[in-house]
Amino acid sequence: MIYFLCFVLFCVGLYGILVKRNLIKIIIGMSILDYASYLFLVLVGFRMEGRAPIYDKAQEVKNMVDPIPQALVLTAIVIGLAVLALMISIAVRLYEKYGTYDITEIRKLRG
Amino acid sequence: MTLIVKEVTRLTVGLIFLFGIYIMLHGHLTPGGGFAGGVIVALSFIHMVLAYGGDFATKKMNSRIATILESLGGLMFLSLALLGLIFAGVFFLNLLPKGMPFELKSAGIIPLCNIAICIKVGAGLFLVFTLLTMFKPGGDK
Amino acid sequence: MTRLLPFFIALPLGCAFLVNLFKNKKAADVLANLCTFILLVLSLATISIVKAHGIVVYKVGNWIPPIGISMVVDGLTVFLLVTVNLVSFLSSLYSIDYMEKYTAKPKFYSLFLLMLTGMNGLIVTGDLFNMFVFLELAGVASYALVAFGTEAEELEASFKYMILSSLSASFVLLGVTMIYSYTSSLNMADVALTLAQKSSSPDVTILFIAVLFLMGFGLKAAIVPFHPWLPDAHPSAPAPISAMLSGVLIKALGIYAMLRVFFCILGASPLFLETLCILGILSMIVGVLLAIGQWDVKRLFAYHSISQVGYVLLGIGLGTPLGILGGLFHLFNHSMFKSLLFLNSGSLDYAAGTRNLKEMGGLKDAMPVTEKTSLVASLSISGIPPFNGFWSKLFIIVACVQARHPGYALWAIIGSLLTLSSFMKVMRYAFYGMPKKAYASLKEAPSSMQAAMIILAIICLLGGVLLFPLFRNALLQPAVDVLLNGKNYATIVFSQLK
Repeated sequence: MIYFLCFVLFCVGLYGILVKRNLIKIIIGMSILDYASYLFLVLVGFRMEGRAPIYDKAQEVKNMVDPIPQALVLTAIVIGLAVLALMISIAVRLYEKYGTYDITEIRKLRG
Repeated sequence: MTLIVKEVTRLTVGLIFLFGIYIMLHGHLTPGGGFAGGVIVALSFIHMVLAYGGDFATKKMNSRIATILESLGGLMFLSLALLGLIFAGVFFLNLLPKGMPFELKSAGIIPLCNIAICIKVGAGLFLVFTLLTMFKPGGDK
Repeated sequence: MTRLLPFFIALPLGCAFLVNLFKNKKAADVLANLCTFILLVLSLATISIVKAHGIVVYKVGNWIPPIGISMVVDGLTVFLLVTVNLVSFLSSLYSIDYMEKYTAKPKFYSLFLLMLTGMNGLIVTGDLFNMFVFLELAGVASYALVAFGTEAEELEASFKYMILSSLSASFVLLGVTMIYSYTSSLNMADVALTLAQKSSSPDVTILFIAVLFLMGFGLKAAIVPFHPWLPDAHPSAPAPISAMLSGVLIKALGIYAMLRVFFCILGASPLFLETLCILGILSMIVGVLLAIGQWDVKRLFAYHSISQVGYVLLGIGLGTPLGILGGLFHLFNHSMFKSLLFLNSGSLDYAAGTRNLKEMGGLKDAMPVTEKTSLVASLSISGIPPFNGFWSKLFIIVACVQARHPGYALWAIIGSLLTLSSFMKVMRYAFYGMPKKAYASLKEAPSSMQAAMIILAIICLLGGVLLFPLFRNALLQPAVDVLLNGKNYATIVFSQLK
């Protein structure tokens, strides 16, 4: 059930990229799509009756959720952050050159 | 920014920086580690820029120092990985003594890698913020 | 000797951070070119290592797979390593003089070396998530490099490229997630073994994962339904970056990753091979039809990249040994002559200041080196004997007929004829004809640019030599064997670990 909600979030992000005309809204849609896939990756590691995968001296070892997807998601979030920073800097420069954020007017390359 | 913001910033920026370093150093014991600590350290500098304005804050940390720190952080991480290759023959080997679990000084090279990542991420995020907001047209990318 | 394997990733990464610290352009030039030259020598040395051992598995950090990440170097890996490092050395040699016209040259070298790190890392790794990380690293470096000149059109092209490419990387991440949840492992060999044990006949999960990977890597390789970013991104980049992007990035990130995942892990079913053939033919024909009408010389070359990648896919999609040999050889050849073509267009741009074919004319006497190397490259891409393009296209067409698909061979010949006609157009408008008055005082390109172009032209001329048994068994045949072995890759890797 919760995987279906992840998919809905993915589709929301995809809608943002495909339909919206403002550059910033496209970037926000891209971010939502990325976060949906990270959420899916973390939820893959869920185990029933599991707790956070941290060793502690005071507690005994019982069921833990899978820590590998959490490490993978940390890496993926860093990558997503770098791409987001680059996208925003290019969007800022595009506004200076074209004077608008509307993608239907940023169309010098065609053919 | 108003006087209240400036006074509160003056009191808390040091604490935020210290908290970031705490998160980074205990990366092998509690959640967090290099990246999270680096983000908090960058936030402390950005906080200073937001409260006091760009001109004042660039005296403390400007983009030139941040560029050098970022490259040094990356080189430090890479040299830690290459130390394994030089001394023990396998790339990225965890070669310092592992110590007792749950101690601060344990787990081989992981705390040192965390420090390198913290420096790199902190400097990098601060650089992104600075170049996006205090950008003057005509400079390079 | 296998201790040198991590240097494929560590050396360009370290040099990228170091070059960023320099302010002096000459020091940055020297460091970057030294780094790429050492990598080229290392990749040639790896040929002998693989010949001696067959396959080399390097455990990073001494952790045993599947717990740890491993680097796997087999025939296909070393074939692509040689291609990537050769083209990158020649591109960095070319950019010593070409990038004088842009600002911030040390940052250019830093991004270039980061992109090279990403590509090298993706080729040598044996772990799926590690492949995704290097895919994104090379991709992000290339987004920044496409926008390097920061003109209006370059920024627009880079934004379009960035959105589409991040979307495709996100699909690859979804594919890796599904594989992890289905087999609870990320190591390529381990996943291959687990999938072989788990197979149930209509395996819907495997089909879904295969489609996700096809979408993700297909966009990086610019296969036809996923190609719209390429005609905008490749012309807008500076010329050495265009050569790298079109020559090696679409192959290392797109085709190599797709081949590794599909042939060695998921298993190459006949349905998948048929799909590759159809997509290859579609790319061939659509690419070359769109290319004929172009007047911007770099945009024309970019459309031809789409078309030639179609040839590679057709060759590999046939599945026969001759077809795979033809496809892989065409991959190498295309890196050579397409990089040479883009470097030529860069030298035309450097001297004449324009990329529009209608404004150029009669540059044959003013720029002899560029004209001769451009002639070599155009004849290679059109498939004229004895240049290297002829041999690889011949193999692909003969393999099509042998595999009982004469229709595919017909489309390949039609594509080749249309390629010849569009390159005759380029040569006539750019070099032959009456010189325009404005270009009377043009000089030839500077020496480092000439050196890079001449070396590539010599490789194009002698490329057929790679088919002699001595060189073929060293470089091409191990790569073909890896793809024909398919899922035996996993058993070979695990036998190497014991």
